[in-house]
Amino acid sequence: MTATGRYMGARVRRNEDARLLTGRALFVDDVHLDGMLHVAFLRSDYAHALLRSVDVAAARRRPGVVAAYTAADLGDYWRPGPLLVPPPPIRGLVFHARTQVPLARDRVRHVGEPIAMVVAESRYVAEDALEDIVVDAEPLPVVVDLEAALAPGAPLVHDDLGSNVAAHAVQRKGDYARARAAAHVVIARRFRYDRGAAAAIENRGIVAQWDPRAEELTLWDTTQAPIPIRNGLARLLGLLESQVRVIAPFVGGGFGPKIMMFYPEEVLLPWAALRLGRPLKWIEDRRENFSATTQERGQIHDAEIAVARDGRILGVRDVFLHDTGAYDPYGLTVPINSQCTLLGPYDVPNYASEFTAVFTNKTIVTPVRGAGRQHGVFVIERLLDFAAKQLGIDRAEIRRRNLLRPDQFPHNHEIIFQDSAPLVYDSGDYAPALERARELIGYDGFVQSEQARLRAAGRHVGLGLVCYVEGTGIGPYEGARVTVEPSGQVRVATGVGTQGQGHFTAFAQIVADVLDVEVDQVHVVTGDTREFHWGTGTFASRGAVVAGSACHAAAVRVREKVLELASGLLGAPPDRLELAGGRVRVRGSSDSAIPLGELALRANPLRGAVRPGTEPGLEATAYFGPDRGSTASGVHAMLVEVDPETAQVEIQRYVVVHDCGRVINPMIVEGQIQGGVAHGIGNAFYEQLVYDEAGQLLNASLMDYLLPTATDVPAVEMAHHETPSPLNPVGVKGVGEAGAIPTGAAFAQAVEDALSDHGVEITEIPLSPNRLFELIEAARSARAR
Amino acid sequence: MDQQVPIGVTVNGVRHERAVEPRLLLSDFLRHELGLTGTHVGCEHGVCGACTVLLDGDAVRSCLILAVQADGHELVTVEGLAPPGGGDELHPLQAAFREAHGLQCGFCTPGFLMTLVPFLREHPHPSEPEIREALSGHLCRCTGYQGIVAAVRLAAGSAP
Amino acid sequence: MKPAPFAYHRPATLDEALALLAEHGGEAKPLAGGQSLIPAMNFRLARPAVLVDLNRVAELGYVRAGRDGLQIGAMTRQRAVERSDAVRSAAPLLAEAMPFIAHPQIRNRGTVGGSLAHADPAAELPAVMLALEARFRARGPQGERWIPAGEFFTGILETALGPDELLLEVVVPKSPARTGYAFAELARRRGDYALVGVAARVTLDRRGRCQAARITLFSVGDGPVLAAAAAAMLDGQEPSPEAMRAAADAAAQRDIDPPSDIHASAAYRRRLAAVLTRRALARAVERAAQASQ
Repeated sequence: MTATGRYMGARVRRNEDARLLTGRALFVDDVHLDGMLHVAFLRSDYAHALLRSVDVAAARRRPGVVAAYTAADLGDYWRPGPLLVPPPPIRGLVFHARTQVPLARDRVRHVGEPIAMVVAESRYVAEDALEDIVVDAEPLPVVVDLEAALAPGAPLVHDDLGSNVAAHAVQRKGDYARARAAAHVVIARRFRYDRGAAAAIENRGIVAQWDPRAEELTLWDTTQAPIPIRNGLARLLGLLESQVRVIAPFVGGGFGPKIMMFYPEEVLLPWAALRLGRPLKWIEDRRENFSATTQERGQIHDAEIAVARDGRILGVRDVFLHDTGAYDPYGLTVPINSQCTLLGPYDVPNYASEFTAVFTNKTIVTPVRGAGRQHGVFVIERLLDFAAKQLGIDRAEIRRRNLLRPDQFPHNHEIIFQDSAPLVYDSGDYAPALERARELIGYDGFVQSEQARLRAAGRHVGLGLVCYVEGTGIGPYEGARVTVEPSGQVRVATGVGTQGQGHFTAFAQIVADVLDVEVDQVHVVTGDTREFHWGTGTFASRGAVVAGSACHAAAVRVREKVLELASGLLGAPPDRLELAGGRVRVRGSSDSAIPLGELALRANPLRGAVRPGTEPGLEATAYFGPDRGSTASGVHAMLVEVDPETAQVEIQRYVVVHDCGRVINPMIVEGQIQGGVAHGIGNAFYEQLVYDEAGQLLNASLMDYLLPTATDVPAVEMAHHETPSPLNPVGVKGVGEAGAIPTGAAFAQAVEDALSDHGVEITEIPLSPNRLFELIEAARSARAR
Repeated sequence: MDQQVPIGVTVNGVRHERAVEPRLLLSDFLRHELGLTGTHVGCEHGVCGACTVLLDGDAVRSCLILAVQADGHELVTVEGLAPPGGGDELHPLQAAFREAHGLQCGFCTPGFLMTLVPFLREHPHPSEPEIREALSGHLCRCTGYQGIVAAVRLAAGSAP
Repeated sequence: MKPAPFAYHRPATLDEALALLAEHGGEAKPLAGGQSLIPAMNFRLARPAVLVDLNRVAELGYVRAGRDGLQIGAMTRQRAVERSDAVRSAAPLLAEAMPFIAHPQIRNRGTVGGSLAHADPAAELPAVMLALEARFRARGPQGERWIPAGEFFTGILETALGPDELLLEVVVPKSPARTGYAFAELARRRGDYALVGVAARVTLDRRGRCQAARITLFSVGDGPVLAAAAAAMLDGQEPSPEAMRAAADAAAQRDIDPPSDIHASAAYRRRLAAVLTRRALARAVERAAQASQ
């Protein structure tokens, strides 16, 4: 059964909003428990140092302090975290797993790494006590720059490895060398894409409570993956999985880093709560967030494209360095995303891609919205721009000529994606989306006349137009349980956590359509392992795809139960019954309709017998696991005006044509895209984590790390283009990350276009006005020479 | 250093009297002493705006005020906007946020609302640039602000 | 990010406040609007042992148009100055600058005196007061004294105020006839500290020549910088685009020695200083010409 109905594709207002708008929604820091103590962490000021001793005696003596712990206090509990995502089976792959530890024992490898933990009556006192701790550390030489990290004699982040190489992977398709030899033009450039922060407005937080009577540990956690946290903690603590309950309540934005596990705090708070017999709370503050929460990725690409005279891509070669930070618990998801997403919507017959992941003395890198995809998009889109310029082909046209055609789907790219499955695009129809974006931005008029007219008036306006694809909605699986209650209301429980994506509404829409009830009668719970404990989490733009499909499957099973039960009561076969408006009746008959609630009551009798082979209640649990991800795609176009004197850039218009398959709720999808674009604009023009040579972050505050505000982000003009995914019953593809992925590439092209008379070439993101000023000046002096 | 200062504040029309340590931030006082956890804390250095509340009718950052300084003053938090009773009836601005998808994770939302209440009082028919400028003292990582701008327009009854 | 402990006093009168400062010497820090001090305390970058909260000292909050000029009490909220008709008519440059200070939520709390005494080199008010030749009235154990704006700002976050002295009032003198003003700044985002900012005041003579120009720049040095070389180039000159451009270039090249930081290099700051000064001068001259009619 495919998903249809009145709610599919409707702009349904969100079920969760009333709670959020009135301040009633529970976030982790809102949890208050009797006798609760507060935790603060002493974190390393050094990017790299040997720890000679950590003395917490004075901290323990401070009034109001209940406990202070160092690595030595953890005993056998001290162990490195798990490798969260083992690398895919790429032939010849080199991978060194070095995962984070709960508290640094003999060495610290990045600023912010926790060294000691203080438990006190208040957070204020806990922070006072951090100042009592005496650390004797010997600073070591620091690895910051990616290339310097690989130079002979570089200091080593993990000295047992003998080098700072965390991983090395080569993936090939076809024969790039032969393609290159046959090329009309080969264009090679170096591209840089620097680090950013995810910067959810809610920092991380944990509350841990051990109930000795129930022998149950409860953890409120801002995680995107409550179920794996529960299972992992049970193993670590020697408890049954059912003795651990992890609740990810309302979470104030995720964007990737909140899926990382285990953060040191996640293993330390439960341990200490058990030991002390009192509930503990730790709420990350913004300063901690800048060094203790995982970050986006810096990469340096040396890439080249081989093209025919008509602009057709013959092949691409890319060799890149990927900064994984001090540890690599998340495996190779990010660089593999970069590697795979570079291919974009294009027919690239020959591809040679090689990357080296590098350990540095910086905060750990894990996926952040886009998760490395933007780097691949940036490289291929810039290469196409340079090729178009050199060949004298219009930049929209060179893209059109290279798009995969509808008859090429499913399209196997012959390399391996982050989910260990081959990179196969399920469906897509790219040319109409490109055409639509051209229309919406007014491409032809702009390039043919408008730009020149503005330039004559002294104004520097430029256009950017780029394409992307995004592998979304990967496995392994999610599940859901759907229950019709005697009140006639429907309850849905699923395991994915929710951080603002509208799951409470989108899942309700899917279920409401199957059971034909009002959407506000469907109550969704997510992220509480007591409610549902099978699943993985919210990542890779997979919530709607995988959990949504599981909700659909469970609702279909409940529907079958409803009809079967009603069939007996109404004396008609199920196929003669109709379920509408929350009631079942014989089709065509105006009387004897039975409300769902009554059926639920009858399905759970207090006396009598439930027939063998049937189950009580109108409830079903179902799972969905796609073989591989579904491929979303889109085109972004933007107009910018640049003031060459001040290097200030103003985004005048922003157009997105996107294909995320079937749209469950366009309001939510548009919100995801608009938000993603804002994140992408931040990446492109505002946000950069600036580290000095000593590995110190120079802008660890929201004063100096610049998130875009309402005056920096334009209204995005959008068009939906739907090619349903054949891989799931709802036909959806993911959309959570899409907006952020091609923004940097579009921005670079637009700014370069605006400054075409200055001869500026942009091969790096982010691009601050200061950096743009430098590029303009460099181009000026190059011309003068 | 264990100075405790008695204070009396009126929050959402209810009078509270407590003794507080001088260094206690107003944001922590509201959240953890009074249990009004709708006011959120995102940066504790006055940039993100999540903790914005009304102090004698003006929007202020509660992370940049000491609880002792609120002594004798009137505060309004997000819990004070909708009609009392805890039902689903919303303040018109809250209803507009829901209608226009002005929130996603909802963490920053209470701060936005508290800035917008006095803003709309002073600018009943704001232009889009005025709206964006009014929002610029708040950070939202989810929405890209467009839904919020639309919600303000809707609340102000101005055409899109 | 919680402040370290401190002893707290909230005097109701100026005399009480001064007595507390005298009693605690350098240990004590006056708390005005707190919009810079409290974040620094939350980061534990500032950790005063004693806070003397001036927010109950009612006598320091006022804006008055007096015979000697515009008088602004040190504890006047920035938002009140922004909304003041007296400020708009007596010191339009100040009125123009006010909305650039952070955001309304900050200005609702932040005070004029607090910002001036904090003396952040990237802040708007010091540069505006220097451009307007304001005079600062301060009082300490030795009594009251007047400090001209040109002597008030002595370095990064440093002023001529002693540790036991309080800024009470700022007086902005009346401006001569045929005077125009302009304020300009470039920041990364609305409300951020400026990468570079300029306050300009130009007085024309009866023939439309520049009789006196006063240009200050901020976020380009240890404090607000008076662009003396630029002003001198305009003295007695026809304020032509060329003359203003030359003066602006002089401001950028000769009057300032800007720092480099993660947001802007010194070279970029010089460029912005030249462009903003040129634009501000043009607007100031235009307004002065209008005022001359």
